[in-house]
Amino acid sequence: MSEKKESSKIIRLAHGAGGVLQEELINFITKDITLKNVNKGIGVEELDDGATIPLENYDKEIVITADGHTVYPLFFPGGNLGTLSICGTVNDLLMMGAKPLALTSTIIIEEGFKFEVLEKIIKSFNEKAKEANIAIIAGDTKIMPSGSLNEIIIATSGIGIKDKEIKIVDNGLKVGDKIIITGTIGDHGTALMASREGLNISTDLESDLNLLLEINESIKSEIKSNYIHAMKDPTRGGIAGALNDWASKSNVSIYLEEEKIPIKKQVNAICDMLGLDPFNIACEGKALLSVDPAQADIVLKKIKSTQIGKEAEIIGEVKAENPKKVLLKTLVGGTRFVDMPLGEPIPRIC
Amino acid sequence: MEIPGSKILRSKQFTDKIISSINKNIKAINKPVKIMHVCGTHEHTISKYGLRSLIPKEIEIISGPGCPVCVCPAADIDKAIELGKRDDVIITTFGDMIRVPATNLSLAELKAKGADVRIVYGPNDAAKIAKDNPNKEIIFFAIGFETTVPLTGYEIKSNPPSNFSVICAHKLIPAALELLMSIDQLSIDGFISPGHVSTIIGIKPYKLFSNAYHVPNVITGFEPNDVLLAILMLLKQIKNKKFETLNEYSRVVKPEGNIVAQRIISEVFESVSSPWRGIGRILDGGLAIKDQYEKYDADKKFDIKIEKSTDIHPGCSCHLIMTGKLSPNECKLFRKICTPLNPVGPCMVSMEGTCSIYYKYYSE
Ligand code: SF4
Repeated sequence: MSEKKESSKIIRLAHGAGGVLQEELINFITKDITLKNVNKGIGVEELDDGATIPLENYDKEIVITADGHTVYPLFFPGGNLGTLSICGTVNDLLMMGAKPLALTSTIIIEEGFKFEVLEKIIKSFNEKAKEANIAIIAGDTKIMPSGSLNEIIIATSGIGIKDKEIKIVDNGLKVGDKIIITGTIGDHGTALMASREGLNISTDLESDLNLLLEINESIKSEIKSNYIHAMKDPTRGGIAGALNDWASKSNVSIYLEEEKIPIKKQVNAICDMLGLDPFNIACEGKALLSVDPAQADIVLKKIKSTQIGKEAEIIGEVKAENPKKVLLKTLVGGTRFVDMPLGEPIPRIC
Repeated sequence: MEIPGSKILRSKQFTDKIISSINKNIKAINKPVKIMHVCGTHEHTISKYGLRSLIPKEIEIISGPGCPVCVCPAADIDKAIELGKRDDVIITTFGDMIRVPATNLSLAELKAKGADVRIVYGPNDAAKIAKDNPNKEIIFFAIGFETTVPLTGYEIKSNPPSNFSVICAHKLIPAALELLMSIDQLSIDGFISPGHVSTIIGIKPYKLFSNAYHVPNVITGFEPNDVLLAILMLLKQIKNKKFETLNEYSRVVKPEGNIVAQRIISEVFESVSSPWRGIGRILDGGLAIKDQYEKYDADKKFDIKIEKSTDIHPGCSCHLIMTGKLSPNECKLFRKICTPLNPVGPCMVSMEGTCSIYYKYYSE
């Protein structure tokens, strides 16, 4: 089986899909970095949504995120690469409890790409940035020879600011915490999949692509009081990826109740058809929160009062037994594990 | 797109009722009961809904050879690979099939080396590719049980282009049930039979089987309460010493099956003794294309001989998994070397393969 060994040494698509392989790749890339943080802030080792630079003699810290955005197709129901790049950057900042200030963007374009298409993407990019009230303060462009890149990539770095006291981190889950999701899961990935050529699925399903500003705004005081122990937007890898990540970084288990997890009917139907698990499918406008149990109901109520959080639910609880695992009580009352997704979800066409 | 009645079939209240009935019946039976299903989709339902955690531990549900890509012998895949190496050939097949490891390679690995291997929804897509590529030979690698056979048959019957042909690796379920009954140590107390296969073949083949072998059998659907109801219906039979085939899935399965589909099958194919990966040769276990349609039979058209093939690689226990003798976590390679991204055996490939289902839904 020599072929096997050879192929395991190359980078595969699945290395970017938010599963165990991505972890492996990140470790490979970051293991030999010498300086991994500034002023003992959150650094590359935490593998969180971003990093922090605590400012000396000041009660604030700078929050920085980095993100490369690609999407296929470039224009999908509910958004495009431009809006996706802004939402992704802003949401990453928000998920660390920061106020988004500015971003830089590097646009890498394949030779032959149409100006007309670029214009549409840039227009959406700028409009979304305006909506988020985030400044675009620096950028770069590169053109790659035709064939060496698929169309276009946008890489951004987000800059925000937050109180040093606020600690919203992936390893912050505490036993007893309630897990909240701010709305239906799997919309983005499923809408994208359905819009791909060749699958012939007709649906009005749209991506849930959205800025999460409203959510953070609604629970500002709870964030300030550190009642929110962790926040994450479950993009690649879906809620299964995000929750497994939390469970293992916080050394706790998470018990979910399937009945409580909001999923659109179309998402369930399309996923069933394609043999996909909605738990593994990306959201782009949802947040998961791990909340102090005494505050969970009030936090839920506040989130539900926002436009984008109407369908929010408490979907589970943090426990001590079975550490590093995510378990699910199924619709019919059985129990099973929810695994860390392995790689890019591949539709079954069989 | 919702299946009618699916609410009740996933309703916890209904589940609780069935479970309490199951509990009563197993108490009355007063000994352990072993139930086998022969369908990857059933295993998926059982694992996804955590049904094993709901039923009393006296009931063991084991998974039989129910995953179509798993039982396809390596020699057939090797054949597709050999043909796929030719510049003038396009191999087409279902998505799950291309990642199944054969003797040295999988079709996916062949594709990575530059061969033209394409995933299709069905044989009609393959025939379309044949029309669009008149200078190439398009080979449809046909796998699956009675559910997919009519599609292949229909395509062969409807005069596809002459550059279209089929590697026929279709298998038949009832013959496999008979073989399972003859495996000594297994001693199965009841079978759960797959609803979709029955939609095509009807109930009769199963009735013959349950009568001949004195084993109860229930045809059922794929919702969690379908499967639990089937278990209950089996327990009642076991308790009352009955050996019948009952149809839980009557909302879909008609007693006579799908006559049109049956006609297509018998017109185009004949049943033959056929090798099942990991299980061995099964009398009437597979289908071959009749002589009348031999110009679409890739075997005859290309005359490829595979001298030696390896169904089970060293260390892999798929043969024991598929006959219900072992559970995936008893395999030494499970999770350590063998994962869905690096499958050693066929059971780790498709979402209907027992090992890949266990990988996803059961922890170490
Ligand atoms: S875990 Fe892998 S090696 Fe073991 S039986 Fe299953 S497929 Fe074969």
